[in-house]
Amino acid sequence: MRRKWSGMALALGALVMSAAAHAAPPSAEMLSNACGGCHGVNGASAGPSMPSLAGQNKDFFIDAMKKFKSGERPGTVMSRLAKGYSDEQVVAMAEFFAHQKSSPAAQKSSIDRAKVAKGKSVYNSACKRCHLENGKDFEEDTPVVAGQWLKYLQIQMAEFQSGARKMSEKKTEKVKSLTAADWDAVAHFYASQKQ
Amino acid sequence: MTMERRNFLKLLGAGAAATASVGLSGYANAATSAGGKHKVVVIGGGYGGTIAAKYIRMMDASIEVTLIERNDHYVSCPFSNLYLGGILPDLSSLTIKYDKLAKNHGIKVVQAEVTGIDAENHSVTTSKGVFKYDRLVVSPGVEFRTDEIKGYDQEVMPHAWKAGPQTVLLRKQLEAMKPGGTVVLSIPLAPFRCPPGPYERTSMIAMYLKQHKPGSKIIVLDANPDIVSKKGLFLKGWKKHYEGIIDYRPAKKVTDVDNKNMSVLIEGIEEVKGDVINIIPPQKAGHIAHVAGLVGTDGKWCPVNPTTFESTLHKDIHVIGDSSIAGAMPKSGYSANSEAKVCAANIVALMNGRETTDMSGVNTCYSFLSEKEAVSVTGVYQVDKEKNAIVVVAGSFGVSPDLSELEAVYAQSWVKNILTEMSS
Ligand SMILES: Cc1cc2nc3c(=O)[nH]c(=O)nc-3n(C[C@H](O)[C@H](O)[C@H](O)COP(=O)(O)OP(=O)(O)OC[C@H]3O[C@@H](n4cnc5c(N)ncnc54)[C@H](O)[C@@H]3O)c2cc1C
Repeated sequence: MRRKWSGMALALGALVMSAAAHAAPPSAEMLSNACGGCHGVNGASAGPSMPSLAGQNKDFFIDAMKKFKSGERPGTVMSRLAKGYSDEQVVAMAEFFAHQKSSPAAQKSSIDRAKVAKGKSVYNSACKRCHLENGKDFEEDTPVVAGQWLKYLQIQMAEFQSGARKMSEKKTEKVKSLTAADWDAVAHFYASQKQ
Repeated sequence: MTMERRNFLKLLGAGAAATASVGLSGYANAATSAGGKHKVVVIGGGYGGTIAAKYIRMMDASIEVTLIERNDHYVSCPFSNLYLGGILPDLSSLTIKYDKLAKNHGIKVVQAEVTGIDAENHSVTTSKGVFKYDRLVVSPGVEFRTDEIKGYDQEVMPHAWKAGPQTVLLRKQLEAMKPGGTVVLSIPLAPFRCPPGPYERTSMIAMYLKQHKPGSKIIVLDANPDIVSKKGLFLKGWKKHYEGIIDYRPAKKVTDVDNKNMSVLIEGIEEVKGDVINIIPPQKAGHIAHVAGLVGTDGKWCPVNPTTFESTLHKDIHVIGDSSIAGAMPKSGYSANSEAKVCAANIVALMNGRETTDMSGVNTCYSFLSEKEAVSVTGVYQVDKEKNAIVVVAGSFGVSPDLSELEAVYAQSWVKNILTEMSS
């Protein structure tokens, strides 16, 4: 119907009719595609400091967006962009990215083997209860961290250590004896994992 | 699971499209109803065009997509100011080719100049022949209104506002300048591509002068009444790093140039001389948009439907990127990328007889102030149905609270991601 009318309108030299009034609300795909400029196609990031979102735990994603919005989690652009989405839209995006196939970051050359070995033992003593399966699996709102970009993990770990990014009580207790070198080793360990 | 759902929708869509082509299509879809394959032609292999072509193929591989671009490679404007400043040694990391895009997504990439669009016949004329389309995506970037600057010659006073040889020329001129020299940078009235871009350029040139050309300065002649974007942050960065190097002058519109004398005239009267003169001319939609009658009453930009980016002047032709009037979205690479995805999704919907989807877009634009510090402006965009226009979602729009080293690190990953998205 619209086609026919717009064809006639054009013939009369008038404007093509607007389709805006008939459109459905933005789909999960529409919302999520807009993130790709920074986070890569379907959330598979190609940039070392930008986290991949593909295959991420849905509940972690929702929690992170909530914390960016409220200011509880320190952020740069995300502190502002998160405010552009309703709770329902955040859930839709979380589901979209959770269903995307994840692929480990291409970062072999930046990973230090000795740190990976050390990181594995730190992981076993302090992290594995919540970051399951070497970081490939998750519990409640913990993130999938295996195969994530090293640079991104290091930025986050620095924020945990400085206190800028708050930790749960459980996490605070678990990591209280870790040194900066331990944190860095765990980052290398997670980054080395295939998802 | 997403794939399964998509395929299922595609099947549904195919049925609906078949019905539509019998009942409603009229002359427009004659080409497809016979052969069955829908054809999309995309003009321009830059920030908008590559993404539109790729996402249409990702969302519906049954659609035949031809991408027509005059060059065999593309040089990104984003980050080209970092090359002028000396942070990047050359433009290689900002240069993409189209081979992977063609191979991975089955896009037909044609290197040709588009010379005409026949909206009635649904065809595009190029230096390599005529291409038929069912829907056309036009993303040709900007053209310069050089007629508004008397005597303008880009070989003498480069614009470097389309990255490539022009950027290299400006860099060479800066390198050749004697210490204690003067650079003049002329900024046109908004709207132009990349609102913070001229001020980032000011910062990067000032950084270069500070490091390599002691005693030199840069005079910025801004036709606008004030700094157009991220004002407070630029002023802060200039004060912190380039005190005495940047001489910023608002409301100074350059109207004439003297290529022999190396000088410019403001409003035909006030003369300013420079050893290197970088003129960013005022802008309008890409030339082809004017030829095809896609430009609105302002004589500069292309009005579009805010949901589908279909031209309000010609049916089945969509305009995205710098050339389009996208409401509150700025003329940026990120906007072009985001608009391309919205346009692609709705072209696929229309071709499959499905309902279109409201747009949701993002813009994030970083600007460097020094080697290690950057700032950003962000926004999430949606359609205001009453205004029938794209507006920014309250709260999402804003700039960085301060100069930030972390944002410079994120900016590097942004350019890597967005160029990877365009080229693979
Ligand atoms: C110095 C500078 C810095 C910038 N920094 C940023 C930034 O940090 N972030 C950001 O988001 N944006 C930035 N931008 C803006 C960004 O470059 C543009 O907004 C973006 O390129 C627009 O995309 P587009 O697809 O509309 O046009 P373009 O990317 O220019 O692509 C148009 C393409 O169409 C081709 N073409 C045109 N006409 C024809 C024809 N008739 N036949 C065949 N091919 C044709 C051209 O060759 C070109 O490849 C910057 C711009 C400048 C100048």
